[in-house]
Amino acid sequence: MSKIKEKFAELQTRKEKALISYIMAGFPNEKSTMSVVRGLVKGGVDIIELGFPFSDPLADGPVIQNASTVSLEKGTKIEKFFALVKKIRKETDTPLVLMTYTNILYHKGYSKFIAQAKKAGIDGFILPDMSVEESKEYLQAAKNNADTIFLISPNTSKTRIQKIAKASSGFLYLVAVYGTTGVKTGIKNYTIEAIKNVKKQAKGKIPIGVGFGVSTPEDVKKYIKAGADGVIIGSAFLKLIEKTPQNKLESKIESFTKSLKKQTLQKKQEPSK
Amino acid sequence: MKYPKNGRFGEFGGKYIPETLVPAIEELEENYLKFKNDKNFKKELGYYLKVYAGRPTPLYYAKNLSEKLGDAKIYLKREDLLHGGAHKINNTLGQALLAKKMKKKRIIAETGAGQHGVATAMACAALGMKAEVYMGYKDTIRQKLNVFRMDLLGAKVHPVKSGSKTLKDAINEAIRDWITNVETTYYLLGSAVGPHPYPVMVRDFQSVIGDEIKSQMKKLNKTPDSVIACVGGGSNAIGTFYPLVDSNAEIIGVEAAGHGLKSKKHSATLSAGSKGVLHGMMTYLLQDKEGQITETHSISAGLDYPGVGPEHSYFKDTKRVKYHAATDTEVIDAFLMLTRTEGIIPALESAHAIAEAIKVARKSKKSESIVVTLSGRGDKDVEEVQNYLSKNVKD
Repeated sequence: MSKIKEKFAELQTRKEKALISYIMAGFPNEKSTMSVVRGLVKGGVDIIELGFPFSDPLADGPVIQNASTVSLEKGTKIEKFFALVKKIRKETDTPLVLMTYTNILYHKGYSKFIAQAKKAGIDGFILPDMSVEESKEYLQAAKNNADTIFLISPNTSKTRIQKIAKASSGFLYLVAVYGTTGVKTGIKNYTIEAIKNVKKQAKGKIPIGVGFGVSTPEDVKKYIKAGADGVIIGSAFLKLIEKTPQNKLESKIESFTKSLKKQTLQKKQEPSK
Repeated sequence: MKYPKNGRFGEFGGKYIPETLVPAIEELEENYLKFKNDKNFKKELGYYLKVYAGRPTPLYYAKNLSEKLGDAKIYLKREDLLHGGAHKINNTLGQALLAKKMKKKRIIAETGAGQHGVATAMACAALGMKAEVYMGYKDTIRQKLNVFRMDLLGAKVHPVKSGSKTLKDAINEAIRDWITNVETTYYLLGSAVGPHPYPVMVRDFQSVIGDEIKSQMKKLNKTPDSVIACVGGGSNAIGTFYPLVDSNAEIIGVEAAGHGLKSKKHSATLSAGSKGVLHGMMTYLLQDKEGQITETHSISAGLDYPGVGPEHSYFKDTKRVKYHAATDTEVIDAFLMLTRTEGIIPALESAHAIAEAIKVARKSKKSESIVVTLSGRGDKDVEEVQNYLSKNVKD
């Protein structure tokens, strides 16, 4: 069983939902990434998505675009990134998902990249520009090595959802809104519908994480109420990282994480009035 | 015309896109397949191409230039005479008409030199639609006249300040807009790049160039010995080449060598690139050892792009087309030579093709026929050329 799968199983027995955070490796520098990870773990995060920067992040909004640029300028490279992952692995067992764009894996070779990533401690991949039609080689390379987390959009058809669910492992990533990462549009009815719809098609075989534009404890609460098995928060973390000085980073991230994580606990665990 | 199975030209092409765009791309392909052979659609497009854009364009025998260089006869396919001043209108009329049939109200586009943006603005004005154009900030400066033209034509120009601030970033931003407004918006891509079906659709709309060359040469009782066009994304080139790939002609695509292929300041993707995935397609790219896309340079904004249409990648690997490159200096020389011998000011993009034609003509020993697609006129570039010349005189 993969670490991600184990995590969802463990959460189910505790009657909790998953809090998944996205951060960009090397933003604003390598040292801060370690502090952020410590804060996330102390705050109770369940899964960490580590972004590896790409020069042309076409599915990302301004916040992650900027973080990618900064990270690349600071000299983030594949070898350095894997070294960072190993360092994180020494401190925590939290499942780690690598989020980047297809060309980074393709250029090195899917098998070679995935093998190295696995060795460093990566448990799964998210590639926002990898469509299921083009994924044969990627899936073969990842099989028995890492989870492949595909994205689903509110406009994805029923038959496609089934096809994507079949190719996915770990969890399904439901994009909450039409747009790039980090857009704040409030909670849409179509998202609530999409959560129900995807749940129905997935038939309980794979958990559903909701991301894009999720930024506050209130958002987390509403998506979980609508049936999400997990929520993914990225740009909100990056914004906090950007404005927090290094010496306060760990504690600030910890308290923000706690405020989000609280919303993923089942109601009955709260003391009744 | 052949339709690529699974959107692949050999191993190149495909659709590497965010999931949100899948329904839009499927809708586009469905409609394109429905309308491309539709009698009424073809008739309507033919009408606009003829009476609005000015097709067919002449095939001009450049006598003075030819005689200066030797025994070869150079023919210029005068796409520069089209409405808007470039071949881009062939594609924008086709796609804008398609968008209208699909009942899309909002059109977005990217542009490099501004020619595709202008051609989009014109087609949209003519067909009663609204256009918004993404353009790299750097390009809005060096092609500011085209920005104003788009403005006059009623299109909204969004300067793009991310990344290298050129064409690739304009495409990124247009794709982001499309993801956000997928339900209402038609993305009118300007080159033979992007996810399937764009490369094949743009090729088909631009193939009017090669089709006309074929029949015009036939009228002269000739077949071309060489066919030359410039390649950035490669839309005028694929439109020129595709109808002629089954002929015996030597076909040459010309990329921008900028300061030279070893300088790292160029945009010669096929000459110096490696395979990768960008903007929804697998193709040759200019990238570093880690798969990060590198910044490009060309004196012509329209060729300043680190990728290339997937069908060109296929023709490179199958060796049906040769891909050469011309440096900025060679391009300026060609620009000046054509201007002075024939009284035709070419776009700097097209001057890359002229530079190659000069080389071929000089080497040619017999009276062979060289057809060059003059993809656009150079009015937009005179300031750039003036700057270049004054700088290089000082040096």
